[in-house]
Amino acid sequence: MKKVWLVIPVFALSACVTINIYFPAAAAEKAADKIIEEVWQMQQSDKPAKPDVPAKSDVKETK
Amino acid sequence: MKHLFKNMLALMVLVATFNAFAAADLEVNTPAVNAIKASMQQRHAQLASYYDSGAVGLTINGMVALRDPGSVPLAARQTVNALVAAENQDREALYAEIANANAHPEWQAEIRNTFAQRWIQRAQRGWWVMSNNGWVQK
Repeated sequence: MKKVWLVIPVFALSACVTINIYFPAAAAEKAADKIIEEVWQMQQSDKPAKPDVPAKSDVKETK
Repeated sequence: MKHLFKNMLALMVLVATFNAFAAADLEVNTPAVNAIKASMQQRHAQLASYYDSGAVGLTINGMVALRDPGSVPLAARQTVNALVAAENQDREALYAEIANANAHPEWQAEIRNTFAQRWIQRAQRGWWVMSNNGWVQK
């Protein structure tokens, strides 16, 4: 029974290590897309182009 | 004794969750990565027309290559060659830098593969990309 307390920390430690050596494929894809968009200066399709909004006229100039 | 075991288990779950979160994002916001990105962004203005004409295409290993030298006027050929060489140097550096920024230099090949797929996937219609069977036009 006492052996269990030896095994658990070892398992916990090895879990930490294994999780981090896996290549995070989904995160890499997301990061790649972000960089590609910036380098190719792509506009995201879900964002419509900014309409030409005239300067706000309700802001009154105070002298 | 049972309580101790439960606590241990809870701690392990916590550690595993934290690690999963820590690994969920890839660090790409370093000065070196940003500098390479800016340089590539600037070069793209010149390269874009060569992608459009098919003179330059995207390769399967995340690089660019002069696909059709014949379509480039003789006077511009040297310029295109220099652009392609500089672009490939930046791309190589980009993949290495992202791997280093995440303290996993051994990820470089996987990062390159991921980028290769995404460059091709996101290439504009009409651009040439390399497939397993050679060059194809998107």
